[in-house]
Amino acid sequence: MLEKFADKFRLDDQTMALRVANEFSDGDVVNLGIGTPTLASNLIPTDKEVLFHSENGVLGYGQICTAGEGSHDLVNAGGQPVEYKPGMCLLEHSESFAVVRGGWLDYTVLGGMQVAENGDFANWMVPKKKVGTIGGAMDLAMCSKNVIVLMNHMTNKGVFKIVKEVSYPFTGHQCVDMVITDIAVIAVTDEGMVLKEVAPTWTPEEVQECTEPKLIIPPDVKDVQLA
Amino acid sequence: MAINKIVANLEEAVADIHDGAMIHVGGFGTIASAPSQLLEAVSRLDVKDLTLVSNSGGFGIEIWGEHDIAVLHQTNKVKKHIVSAPVNPLIINDLEKKFRAGELEMEMVPQGTMAERIRAARAGLGGILTPVGLGTVIEEGKQVIEVDGKKFLLETPLKADFALIRAYKADRWGNLIYRGTSRTFNATMAGAARITIAEVEEIVELGDLGPEEIITPGIYVNRVVKRTGAGKASDDYDEVARRAAEKKAKEA
Repeated sequence: MLEKFADKFRLDDQTMALRVANEFSDGDVVNLGIGTPTLASNLIPTDKEVLFHSENGVLGYGQICTAGEGSHDLVNAGGQPVEYKPGMCLLEHSESFAVVRGGWLDYTVLGGMQVAENGDFANWMVPKKKVGTIGGAMDLAMCSKNVIVLMNHMTNKGVFKIVKEVSYPFTGHQCVDMVITDIAVIAVTDEGMVLKEVAPTWTPEEVQECTEPKLIIPPDVKDVQLA
Repeated sequence: MAINKIVANLEEAVADIHDGAMIHVGGFGTIASAPSQLLEAVSRLDVKDLTLVSNSGGFGIEIWGEHDIAVLHQTNKVKKHIVSAPVNPLIINDLEKKFRAGELEMEMVPQGTMAERIRAARAGLGGILTPVGLGTVIEEGKQVIEVDGKKFLLETPLKADFALIRAYKADRWGNLIYRGTSRTFNATMAGAARITIAEVEEIVELGDLGPEEIITPGIYVNRVVKRTGAGKASDDYDEVARRAAEKKAKEA
């Protein structure tokens, strides 16, 4: 984050996950990436039937279990035990990715390193490291109906993560539809990036300062919508 | 002579694994889904220059007294690793250390592409066409094929000499069932090698596994070996399903 905004309020991981959970409707099939996105499976209202898919071969799992509970034979992609849920089914790995590649996922939520204004996306390797984990990210980013990236708006050192052009190795081209950060919600459209929501106390102009490409700022920018 | 694929112990199960062999290693990366006792048995063999195919590069730490795939890096058995998730943010594993030191080759593969390349080997396909990886480093050196105006990468089958997999129950024909998400790459890799070896919690009578429940047909499996010890990683899955049913009954 920029030095001048270092003391400003920012959404924590749980709140960012709650914001993304608010996108899903009854019947949606959703894959949650490792890290902050996985928290969203715990934040769905009990009367909403969202089918969570995990790459390791489960469709329709429940919440992440309390520490010490659950089974290591029923885990999400992050290896966390999750709850058994009626209607849940299991898939071997190529079937699990047939679900991904076949376009059966309504939403994929992934962590990110860089998102460009045209929706280009990088999330698997810092170039100087020469090794990174692709995992399921390329399949998920390129083949899901909607791709939401959940990440901090800038690096800790205040470097742009929402950029004009991606400079890290690509995960996918023009695939991101929405970015939810610790200070804003941004839609990626054919016209460019549209600022939809800001975190409490933030102005659209301040969010723009933290964003490399020029944002389209409509008159009706809202506070972050959590319900 | 009746069919009997059950072998007496882990040592016998892996005895013919040789220098330079290509080996599929099942599981996702979690210890509960890993063929961990077969991996330990291979780590004790006098073999080198193995090529491994696995989803994860492993953590390299002992959990519940068991090791993951990193045990083969720790014992210097590996020449090349074909892998989807080589590294993780929690730990710098042996694969990452050796790769950085220039001591082994690595091929990074998107996870869905890896699964389908393995399935293609079992299914007798000459390759698969996938859009995944187009315009990324994955495309380098690969053929791009256009079908109905859409571009795809040609990815070739991954056929191994051996597949080491983990299952829950087996019968003497090699029919297998799995528990929960531990099915993962284990069921994908069964049959995608010249010799498939399954490490299982339990061996049951032929007929105990019903035709509706068998996930891997025995024809894909060459050897079955029973795990030694309690199998702590897996013993709570049924309990979870039972408790979920109980909770539901209470709420109704």
